[in-house]
Amino acid sequence: MPETYQMDSNPVIRIERLYKEYVTDAGPVPVLKDVAVTVMPGEFIAIMGPSGSGKSTFMNILGCLDVATSGSYLLNGRDVNKQSGDELAHLRNQVIGFVFQGFNLLPRASLEDNVALPLIYSGIPRGERTARANEMLEKVGLGSYRHSRPNQISGGQQQRVAIARALVNRPKLILADEPTGNLDTHTSEEIMALFTELNQRDGITIVLVTHESDIAAHARRLVRLSDGRVVYDGLVEHAAPQHLETTT
Amino acid sequence: MIGAMLSEAWMAMGANRLRTVLTMLGMVIGVGAVILMLAVGQGAQQQVQASIASMGSNLFIILSGSTTSGGARMGGGAAPTLTLADAQAIEELPAVVAVAPSSPGTAQLVYGPNNWSTQIIGSLPSFLTVRDWKLSAGAPFTDSDVRSATRVALLGQTVTKNLFGEEDPVGKTIRIKNSPYVVLGVLAAKGQSLDGRDQDDTVLVPVTTAQRKLFGTQFAGTVRFIMAQAESDEVMPKVEKSINELLRQRHRIHEGADNDFSVRNLTAMANTAAETAQVMSLMLGAIASISLLVGGIGIMNIMLVSVTERTREIGIRMAIGARGRDILLQFLLEAIIISVIGCLIGVILGVGGAYAANKAGGMAVLVTMASIVTAFAVAATVGIFFGWYPARKASLLRPIDALRFQ
Ligand SMILES: Nc1ncnc2c1ncn2[C@@H]1O[C@H](COP(=O)(O)OP(=O)(O)O)[C@@H](O)[C@H]1O
Ligand SMILES: [Mg+2]
Repeated sequence: MPETYQMDSNPVIRIERLYKEYVTDAGPVPVLKDVAVTVMPGEFIAIMGPSGSGKSTFMNILGCLDVATSGSYLLNGRDVNKQSGDELAHLRNQVIGFVFQGFNLLPRASLEDNVALPLIYSGIPRGERTARANEMLEKVGLGSYRHSRPNQISGGQQQRVAIARALVNRPKLILADEPTGNLDTHTSEEIMALFTELNQRDGITIVLVTHESDIAAHARRLVRLSDGRVVYDGLVEHAAPQHLETTT
Repeated sequence: MIGAMLSEAWMAMGANRLRTVLTMLGMVIGVGAVILMLAVGQGAQQQVQASIASMGSNLFIILSGSTTSGGARMGGGAAPTLTLADAQAIEELPAVVAVAPSSPGTAQLVYGPNNWSTQIIGSLPSFLTVRDWKLSAGAPFTDSDVRSATRVALLGQTVTKNLFGEEDPVGKTIRIKNSPYVVLGVLAAKGQSLDGRDQDDTVLVPVTTAQRKLFGTQFAGTVRFIMAQAESDEVMPKVEKSINELLRQRHRIHEGADNDFSVRNLTAMANTAAETAQVMSLMLGAIASISLLVGGIGIMNIMLVSVTERTREIGIRMAIGARGRDILLQFLLEAIIISVIGCLIGVILGVGGAYAANKAGGMAVLVTMASIVTAFAVAATVGIFFGWYPARKASLLRPIDALRFQ
């Protein structure tokens, strides 16, 4: 744990002895092996590692989209393994904002409706949904596109919309699995600037998977996975060059 | 929440219009068929009931000529065997309240420039009692008219309309077979009989007038048929038996020999007709219900395809906080909206079809509120029932599996 964070505040994420194996036709395949990570409020963490090292698997478990085979996971002090399906849905809705590599917007809905979607599941009335969705679109610089469809805007813009959607319920934690993986360098920098601003100005905790050291450099802490194990966990600037290696 | 879900369901349906319309079509045809078939069935039933009500109650008709167990076998060319005296004897039987011996024939009626060919029944004033037939104008003829065979007539509605138009016929003189007859009154409307004849296309005259002055009889005092009314439904079998015995005795028919007359329980026949109409009505409804079922299965089919196609969308929704029940509700709502809109269109088409069958095909139809409400309830149920399985399947997906789905 980096010493820059106060030890007295409660961690957002506390993971210990986490194992995950996929059951395949060829038998169980272990993917995460004894992973332990603690994330404090306000942190900005980059997760790196070669392809197939288990980064997405880890993120999906963090995001309560998948469950670990064993181990403990406390999210916001709550034992995720003991939550019901509805309670997990509530956590995904209220505590976490997930940003995907492939944006995952609803193609038929307007940008405004896409951003407002999480609010439907929080039971927010229509007027407030629209107001908050537009506020978020403004924040990511797409206020004038509210009635457009996802296929009418660029990839970078779509990722901004996805970030607006992740932010609309004011989550504590943003999880982003290769958010710039489909974007060019320039657009990637813009998206990273947005994440940095969210982290520094709004104090939102960010965990972000990337292949690229340039992207990872925006974070303060680096967690490197290799073959399902944590091989480095510390400040980005202290990481050895091989831990920051850009992979494909 | 439900408002947002409704508008989302609406959007999803709009996104795949052709498929939505095709799914609805199953529902439209199903509901339309049910409404139309029920309308036709109930129309027929209502018509039968109206005919029965117009017939008079607890009624026998006694026909000249013999029957065998197979059915009617009228003595070909044989003289009528029933007489006015037979009728009188029947009237004296216990539990018989009225008897109307009748001699029917056909003749041309003339009034001014108009003429009309119709059935003329010679009978007694009791004919009106037996058939429970009221007059809409004028007065009936009397026993004294019968005794002196006066030339008087009561006209049915159809006859009145064709001879007199809007004119009041009471007291006017018409010509039947070139002789003048005074119109005493007009019979109230009766509508169609069970066998589909227009009962109002008829003229009633004293039986004696018909026999002596209008048609003549080979054998004085014989009649073609006698109508008899029993005092209640319960005594009908007993009365039928005593009429048979009485007539066999009066006609001197030996034991073992065939009757030269036949007694028919009209009320029983009418009840059979009513039951037949009801069974037909039910069967039409049942057949139409099958198409409704098929429509429902169509909905399930399309919803299953839709769930598969939209697995990724379901995953996205779950990732941002949709609970299983939100997904369930979303797909269920789509199924219900499709079936209810399909039902609405089906009702409109069914009612329109029934109207067209009535106007163009002359079919008796009856659209009841009950049949519309039933169709609606069934459509909603079908929507829920067949929408449930795909919707539940969608709601049980694990978020990560739904998201990974390609
Ligand atoms: N659903 C799955 N079933 C079986 N194996 C899987 C599944 N998802 C991922 N894997 C395997 O788990 C390993 C880690 O995958 P992943 O977490 O996607 O890695 P990364 O995101 O680091 O590239 C890989 O070997 C991959 O083939
Ligand atoms: Mg990955």
